[in-house]
Amino acid sequence: MTTTTTTLDALGRLESEAVHIFREVAGEFDRPVILFSGGKDSTLLLHLAVKAFWPAPVPFPLLHVDTGHNFDEVIAFRDKVVAQHGLRLEVAKVQDYIDDGRLTERPDGTRNPLQTVPLLDAITGHKFDAVFGGGRRDEERARAKERIFSLRNSFGQWEPRRQRPELWNLYNGRHRPGEHVRVFPLSNWTELDVWHYIARENIELPDIYYAHRREVYLRDGMWLAEGPWGGPRENETMVEKTVRYRTVGDGSCTGAVESDAADIATVIAEVAASRLTERGATRADDRLSEAAMEDRKREGYF
Amino acid sequence: MSDLLRLATAGSVDDGKSTLVGRLLYDTKSVLADTLDAVHRASADRGLSTPDLSLLVDGLRSEREQGITIDVAYRYFATPKRSFVLADTPGHVQYTRNTVTGASTAQLGVLLVDARKGVIEQTRRHAAVLALLGVPRLVLAVNKIDLVDHDEATFSRIAKEFTAHATALGYPDDAVVTIPVSALAGDNVVERSDRTPWYDGPTLLEHLETVPVDVDPHDAPFRFPVQYVIRPRTADYPDYRGYAGQVAAGTVRVGDEIAVLPDGLRSTVTGIDTADGPLDQAASGQSVTLLLAHDLDISRGDLIAGAAVPPRVTDEFDATVCWLSEKALTPGARVLVKHGTRTVQAIVTHLHTRFDEQNLTTVEDPGTLTLNEIGQVTVRTTTAVPLDDYTKSRHMGSFLVIDAADGSTLAAGLVGDPLSTITRDVALAGVP
Repeated sequence: MTTTTTTLDALGRLESEAVHIFREVAGEFDRPVILFSGGKDSTLLLHLAVKAFWPAPVPFPLLHVDTGHNFDEVIAFRDKVVAQHGLRLEVAKVQDYIDDGRLTERPDGTRNPLQTVPLLDAITGHKFDAVFGGGRRDEERARAKERIFSLRNSFGQWEPRRQRPELWNLYNGRHRPGEHVRVFPLSNWTELDVWHYIARENIELPDIYYAHRREVYLRDGMWLAEGPWGGPRENETMVEKTVRYRTVGDGSCTGAVESDAADIATVIAEVAASRLTERGATRADDRLSEAAMEDRKREGYF
Repeated sequence: MSDLLRLATAGSVDDGKSTLVGRLLYDTKSVLADTLDAVHRASADRGLSTPDLSLLVDGLRSEREQGITIDVAYRYFATPKRSFVLADTPGHVQYTRNTVTGASTAQLGVLLVDARKGVIEQTRRHAAVLALLGVPRLVLAVNKIDLVDHDEATFSRIAKEFTAHATALGYPDDAVVTIPVSALAGDNVVERSDRTPWYDGPTLLEHLETVPVDVDPHDAPFRFPVQYVIRPRTADYPDYRGYAGQVAAGTVRVGDEIAVLPDGLRSTVTGIDTADGPLDQAASGQSVTLLLAHDLDISRGDLIAGAAVPPRVTDEFDATVCWLSEKALTPGARVLVKHGTRTVQAIVTHLHTRFDEQNLTTVEDPGTLTLNEIGQVTVRTTTAVPLDDYTKSRHMGSFLVIDAADGSTLAAGLVGDPLSTITRDVALAGVP
């Protein structure tokens, strides 16, 4: 085999792979949808989708599973980006399910696990057959086992022992009626790759990813913001700190980290030096048990 | 930005593969404190006095319960020199298909043996699978070197035996490296060991950081499976018609003459577009959009190829298949073949030989192929497909065999006869 240097650098290869994945789905599925929350991974996902189909518009709608516990800045950003690209956004609301009794609020107030039912209902209701997510295999041990094209059965469930082998870059998207395929174009990216790419492409994010002053309170070792998720409680006091978010999700379980990183370059330096994973640092629900993510994915969660 | 190396691990059960991968992650400081805390807690729960690094990688509940790796997992780590994507594949015989999965995209394979046991049948089998799948480079990590008292003679004997085997499989000398390591103690994985003073080669990580990354040669004939036709029909681009895809082999330049296959239409490349602006040329691995001089009827599944050296277009071809399904293959089976961006109906008309993994020879007329077996077949397709041999191009010579009824992936297919090359060379060298 001849050795030559490649014209693509590591980020270029990851970008090219993601673009290839988007186009495979567009070519093979009838009703794909992109999960979009306004967070950094889904914003990156949308950026890559725009590149994949340029100069044509992205041929997929977006879906947001809204826990009702959002950061206002993120929702505003979400709506702005959707309008910018002229895309259609579907919103599945956990609150609707709680209001009419299909779901019950958990005693700890966390709504992240409650997203699964509205997500699966939206997939079934809209007959989506391919669902793009921003999940990366570096995030968690169970995700390290995830395929780029991952078949879900008609209950939306993941069966890790029955996954299709993933060979070359030939993705098998065949599925039977009722089944769907989860697609993860960012599978081979790490958190640092994401930030390096955001810097290279100068991708705009919700500004809460950067250091700002915020009133927060301490719960279970995490700095949480005030919100409709039942905080602060009586014994929890608000303090003003300079913080930023490494992930943005349900406000009840997504914590801020103390940080002075106010722009992309300092965020990259901080992430590179961090001794904590983004989820370990700021996601309470991933700490629940040794197999929390695996168990939720088996139920149909992303 | 450093470049990217994709590697796959392989090894038998209990050779310490998960520990080696854990050690690699741990010593490159790719494991963050909260993950490590979780491993410390889980190790303590199991009554262990030191952290079990294999818990860093065995991610599924049943894997932790059984202490084995069941399914291929992908790991990521980086040093200032390079980024790595590691396909961590299980060693259990019944999961050999995962070795195929990991090997299909790997540029380097890391095989593990236990220094006390040396090269065993499973080592030879894994090396043969890596050779068959065209993994360009091999590393043999001779693990548990501490358990043979860091004995140089033991290492040399194993290294010599393995290198002879790899040579028989077609690997040139400079593509095979053997390293004495202790994954448990960390010798020669990331840190150089002073307990193997007789070893003057690189540590595993040093080798991974400096080994050349083989990519498809850019002077290979140009191949471009059309993924998707981009037709914006917008005010700004009313007449735009571009053919989107990823260059599978070779290089394309504006002005190049191309052929569209299987129909054989000809045209000229007038533009290479990306969202970041037009390019003069694009090489293998790049996702681009081609514009052509003529308004041809081209759709997903067609192949755009260099007009000078087109691939053969045929509705019958020989191939090696790695059977990955519990449903056995019997000749006459109606299947789907996915090659590039085209999926066609096909029949496996003949099953000529089965690869005997014990002796690295072939068995004539085996009748059926079952899970994890590798064999030589003839495939007939309903429409002609443009093909290159797998040994010439991993992208253009690979295909999936898919069950038409339930959509499951039945086999990994390699166009041509790469299996015969391996078995012939092994027979000539008298191995084992």
